[in-house]
Amino acid sequence: MNSLEVSRLAYAYPDGTQALFGVDLTIGRGERVALLGPNGAGKTTLVMHLNGILTPGHGTVTVAGTPVRKDTLKEVRRRVGLVFQDPDDQLFMPTVRDDVAFGPANMGLTGEELERAVKGALERVGMLEAADRPPHHLSFGQRRRVAVATVLAMEPEILVLDEPSSNLDPAARRELAEILRSLDVTVLMVTHDLPYALELCERSLILSDGVIAADGPTRELLADPELLAAHRLELPYGFAIPAPAEPA
Amino acid sequence: MHVPDGFFNAAVSGSAGAVAAAGVAVCLRGARRELDDRTAPMAGLVAAFIFAVQMLNFPVAAGTSGHLLGGALAAILVGPYTGVLCMAVVLLVQGVFFADGGLTALGINVTIMGIVTVLVGWGVFRLVTQLVRGKGGVTAAAFLASLISVPAAALAFTLLFWIGGTAPIEVSAVAVAMGGVHVLIGVGEGLITAFTVGAVLAVRPDLVYGARGLASSLVLRGPDGATTVEPAARPATAGHGLRPFLLGGVGLTLLLAGVVSFFASSSPDGLEAVAENKGFIDQATEHLMSWSPLGDYGEVGGIPVGVAGVIGVGIVLLVAGAVGYAARTRGQAAAGDDKIKV
Amino acid sequence: MGAGHHHQLYLPGASAVHRLPPQCKLLAVFAFAVVVVATPRERFWAFALYALLLAAVAWAARVPPGHVLRRMAIELPFVLFAFLIPVIGMGERTTVLGLSLSVPGLWAAWNILAKATLGVVASILLAATTEPRTILLGAQRLRVPSLLVQIAMFMLRYLDVILDEMRRMRVARESRGFEARDVRQLPAVARSAGALFIRSYERGERVHLAMLSRGYSGRMPMLGEVSASAAQWGVALLLPVSALAVLGLSL
Ligand SMILES: Nc1ncnc2c1ncn2[C@@H]1O[C@H](COP(=O)(O)OP(=O)(O)O)[C@@H](O)[C@H]1O
Ligand SMILES: [Mg+2]
Repeated sequence: MNSLEVSRLAYAYPDGTQALFGVDLTIGRGERVALLGPNGAGKTTLVMHLNGILTPGHGTVTVAGTPVRKDTLKEVRRRVGLVFQDPDDQLFMPTVRDDVAFGPANMGLTGEELERAVKGALERVGMLEAADRPPHHLSFGQRRRVAVATVLAMEPEILVLDEPSSNLDPAARRELAEILRSLDVTVLMVTHDLPYALELCERSLILSDGVIAADGPTRELLADPELLAAHRLELPYGFAIPAPAEPA
Repeated sequence: MHVPDGFFNAAVSGSAGAVAAAGVAVCLRGARRELDDRTAPMAGLVAAFIFAVQMLNFPVAAGTSGHLLGGALAAILVGPYTGVLCMAVVLLVQGVFFADGGLTALGINVTIMGIVTVLVGWGVFRLVTQLVRGKGGVTAAAFLASLISVPAAALAFTLLFWIGGTAPIEVSAVAVAMGGVHVLIGVGEGLITAFTVGAVLAVRPDLVYGARGLASSLVLRGPDGATTVEPAARPATAGHGLRPFLLGGVGLTLLLAGVVSFFASSSPDGLEAVAENKGFIDQATEHLMSWSPLGDYGEVGGIPVGVAGVIGVGIVLLVAGAVGYAARTRGQAAAGDDKIKV
Repeated sequence: MGAGHHHQLYLPGASAVHRLPPQCKLLAVFAFAVVVVATPRERFWAFALYALLLAAVAWAARVPPGHVLRRMAIELPFVLFAFLIPVIGMGERTTVLGLSLSVPGLWAAWNILAKATLGVVASILLAATTEPRTILLGAQRLRVPSLLVQIAMFMLRYLDVILDEMRRMRVARESRGFEARDVRQLPAVARSAGALFIRSYERGERVHLAMLSRGYSGRMPMLGEVSASAAQWGVALLLPVSALAVLGLSL
């Protein structure tokens, strides 16, 4: 069974701006896929549909065989772990511990079980010592890691990250990559950071003007300068795609 | 306008507390319908916004400045029930966390700045939006609603002061001073509310409770670049009747009238009790009793103490009720093409 | 209005007062305020004793007098008003320092000043010894409707965001030479309020979406519990009970 299927998805915001114009994509279980696209391509809008925050104007979204509908929202939100672009949006509780506990508590976990879920998730992102601190006292990179933990605590089927590398310094960026690599869940990573996509994802999709414009191995897509230019994507100056032998 | 402890006598503070509690209880029930799972976060946000903007003093006339009350704004953005809750929370937080407004005066503050402003503001808003359609109508209605809500709050304050204020000041003087300044403050409030609502309307019309937009049709682009147009699936907007709100308002008024008159007539405040028992500061008491029309009525003995106050509250609520009723009838008349759900 | 730096009322500490469960302190302060308001205003010594009680609490909580005094500025508008009452008040007049003042006005001014000040100081002591979030837990324990507690929780959460935005916008405004001097500047102030609202509303909405995606369905899971022992209740209620005793003696 596929982790995620999106078909003919179209959406317009209430002010009339149409952001998605018929998106089709499929992600198999265990895959790590990058969704590439320039600013304003509709990436965030697409992500918001994956757990039913936005309701499609047209088309369907299916998560692990379950169609996203009003009556399946609870189930879907448990399976799709969404990490938002800005960790300050994601962290709203007074302490890191409360924040990580929020999701599992909503799923009905209490007491010991809840405590275990919280500890486990914080351990996986290396933030256990910060459990009792208020999120807004943490560094940006730490906040993003806690944001990942809030979602991991719910044991999602698919992890969706919106621009996970934005605003991170190189060290924090590397730490996050290590965490993501260590997880064995399906990952959809939205980004315009092409080297990061290459480092973490075998396969990439290009979303441009609200439709999927390309789908293939990341290495091949990034090696096609015309394709990248056509969709306003650019590799950093001086970046060369490393030889196929994956660096350790 | 945050009333501190000791400004009103115990009877009025207590009865206003009962009124505020009843009003909040009604709104707790109503609020669930207005915003569903968005209620708490959105109301919290509006509450924080109002708290913040209340710190933004604007110049009114030479030497005086005013600040937003926010009741009308809250009602327009999140609906009247949730609006009352927002204001109640703002006042609660200001009183408990910031020592702004006395704890025993909480009921008075919630009644004046929460319930009265929201009730009057929302009534006027509904009326004007029924008369003038479209975005311009909403902005104009926001201006008028908040403009009127401020002197209305000042009037309610004066009324309570008349019934149970502890300062020997002529009520007419209080009314004139409060009214005059607050009409000016109302203009500021109206401008801020209109600009806020207008700005939100321009960018996120879906966020204004008083004005929900329509979904348009969607364009689908195929892999070959061919496009088709599909009608958008319309999300259901939860409209709800004005009737429960009106009934709540009227019920609340009656409660206010009843409770206040009961306390005002049956239990004199601490000072009066002592004065009666021990004949202490007779003269002062005499003056106290004669400075308010309430005292006059008491001496005449014709009208029981407090009834005058009840009549006053009744008038205010009748006006608000009439406004709301007119809005509703117009709403039904225009039910065919209502862009704005009643 | 609530001073701009809204967490500053809280003074971290580990005193006995700090450690009391929040619901006990809330109820104690509220009951104290009720007793104060119910006290006849000519019982000067009762008010003096109330002030002593509060001083004892402040001492036990290690809250420095300066902290309390600075926070009392919140009362200022009503203090000014109180000073005005004897001047514009009615009734018998007396002459103080060449000023003709109303006697009932003086009584009213004293009444408001004394009661409002005691109330404000009690509230300041509560806020100085209890974290906002803990106050909310206490409110929850006291059966304040959970929707109100939730709204208050979100309000505190968003306040930081909004005040930050506000500061940034004010800096931007003032660095371009803007100054709110008279009524002609009102539209500018109003427009920035509009912009502020949208910015913070969209932020709030994103937070809400984040909550939805973690299974929020309009009800906050209970994440904290604060229970109070009989002894703690006893300690906390010492304040209003002593006040009540004073009131009883004064009648
Ligand atoms: N809340 C909104 N209301 C209206 N238009 C929006 C909203 N959010 C995004 N858009 C518009 O939708 C398009 C896609 O935005 P988004 O999905 O955020 O792009 P990306 O994440 O790829 O940068 C943009 O044109 C943007 O201006
Ligand atoms: Mg984006």
